[in-house]
Amino acid sequence: MTLALLIALPPLAAVLDQPFWVNTVTRILILALAAVSLDLIVGYGGLVSFGHAAYFAVGGYTIAVLAQHGIDAALIAWPAAVVAAAVLAAIVGTLSLRTTGIFFIMITLAFAQMVFFTLVAVKAWGGNDGLPLDARSVLPLVNLRDPNALYFVCLGLLLAFVALAAQLVESRFGMVLRGARSSERRMLALGFPTFRYKLVAFVVAGAGAGLAGALWAEYARFVSTDMASWTRSGEFLVMVILGGLGSLVGAIYGAAVLLGLESFLAGFTEHWMLLLGAILLVVVLFAKRGLYGWLAGANDG
Amino acid sequence: MADTVLAVRGLRKAFGALVVSDDVALEVRTGECHALIGPNGAGKTTLLAQLAGEVAPDAGTIRFGDRDVTRLGPDARARLGIARSFQITTIVADFTAEDNVALAVQARAATSMRFWRSAARDAALRDPARAALVRVGLGPRANTRASDLAHGEQRLLELAIALAQEPAVLLLDEPMAGLGHDESRAMIALLREIKPAVAMLLIEHDMQAVAELADRVTVLVAGHAIASGSYETIRTDPRVREAYLGDDG
Repeated sequence: MTLALLIALPPLAAVLDQPFWVNTVTRILILALAAVSLDLIVGYGGLVSFGHAAYFAVGGYTIAVLAQHGIDAALIAWPAAVVAAAVLAAIVGTLSLRTTGIFFIMITLAFAQMVFFTLVAVKAWGGNDGLPLDARSVLPLVNLRDPNALYFVCLGLLLAFVALAAQLVESRFGMVLRGARSSERRMLALGFPTFRYKLVAFVVAGAGAGLAGALWAEYARFVSTDMASWTRSGEFLVMVILGGLGSLVGAIYGAAVLLGLESFLAGFTEHWMLLLGAILLVVVLFAKRGLYGWLAGANDG
Repeated sequence: MADTVLAVRGLRKAFGALVVSDDVALEVRTGECHALIGPNGAGKTTLLAQLAGEVAPDAGTIRFGDRDVTRLGPDARARLGIARSFQITTIVADFTAEDNVALAVQARAATSMRFWRSAARDAALRDPARAALVRVGLGPRANTRASDLAHGEQRLLELAIALAQEPAVLLLDEPMAGLGHDESRAMIALLREIKPAVAMLLIEHDMQAVAELADRVTVLVAGHAIASGSYETIRTDPRVREAYLGDDG
């Protein structure tokens, strides 16, 4: 249902003469990709990373910096963004995954802050002013300057990542990851070196966020340090929790609802964050499995 | 003569001033059950944790066959064939009983870095998992969530998981704890059936179970092994009666 609606959106928006719909939903799809990648480690691995914006930013800056140097082939720039984010995740994961609980949250946050201040400091990349892109990258056969084309590329990549993540969590690898979330001691006693499994999941999640960041750079034709801010990391977590931990698809609803509420509530009051907080509280208290759990439950009955 | 699979020498562990293992030596052989008894706080569970690799000893050696495993972590020891059951259940609560056992089956493979095939439809995991569940009598409960199983069933699931690991050494931490009379009988029968194929170390308070299962008994008091021998010798040993059995009347 949702998917049919998403595919029908661009022609629908054209007919109804509401072209900004496509832009709004493109933004949702991109942030949803980052949220889904975060759900992979938070929802299935129990690894509450409070620094997911760092990978998002590294993905985006990779595109902008490559463009600055004249490299605008998407087939080179996008994989480069994914690899750069994955490498950062491998480094952060190697150091942070030795800790658990609050220490893990703090270390992932600390690394993200380091990325943030590095981006602020590098004047060649615009520092606080950010870095604009002259044009979107070039993809063979697809003209990304067309908003509808970019929309479908984002939708396709989001669906591909969800499919990949869904496969991962159902595989042997996923069994170990999910087992370690609820009983790490048992996993070790069975003979699983759990650290490696968590690290692989952490890197895949970082790569997903890097891809989202790359798409964001293409969409906005601008990258800035905001992409790496800790409030951005918090937003990704809110999307995951709102949508329902450990459901993958839920994170998409979470992103849609968060962005929807943001523009809707902001129309009433500048203190919309206050209302959002109340809504989040209600969801966490009364729908423990998030929006996805609530929707799935309704469908079952 | 059966082979010694697990040999412990001069094991010592202290938490601050509290000595929990004091120069402990013991051996476990294939086909034998070595019971570890002693009053609460004697250091039985900490000793088992050192054998499993969860707690590092301060001194002493633990040998598995020809290999010194004293410095290996719990996952490395498990891969060599040292399995343990837990006193406080640590099964994965939101997995089904079969999922829990399937994890133990896949742990035997060289790696679980397999990303594509669905583990839920993998016969190479599911068939052995189901067989282990049937063996402990949990066949009909295979698809029940582990957290929905009764206490006795969870104890049996613990055992099914350990069996699925196909270990050479089985470290059992109070498998009878909290079981009713009939459940205890069933558990004892199961352990007797398993015994010939493994080297078993059993921590147990249920003396009936110790009498029926143990080929050898070591009595641990305040971290020190005060006596070791057959159940009959131990039962009549005055030091043991004073330190332990006497306390219970």
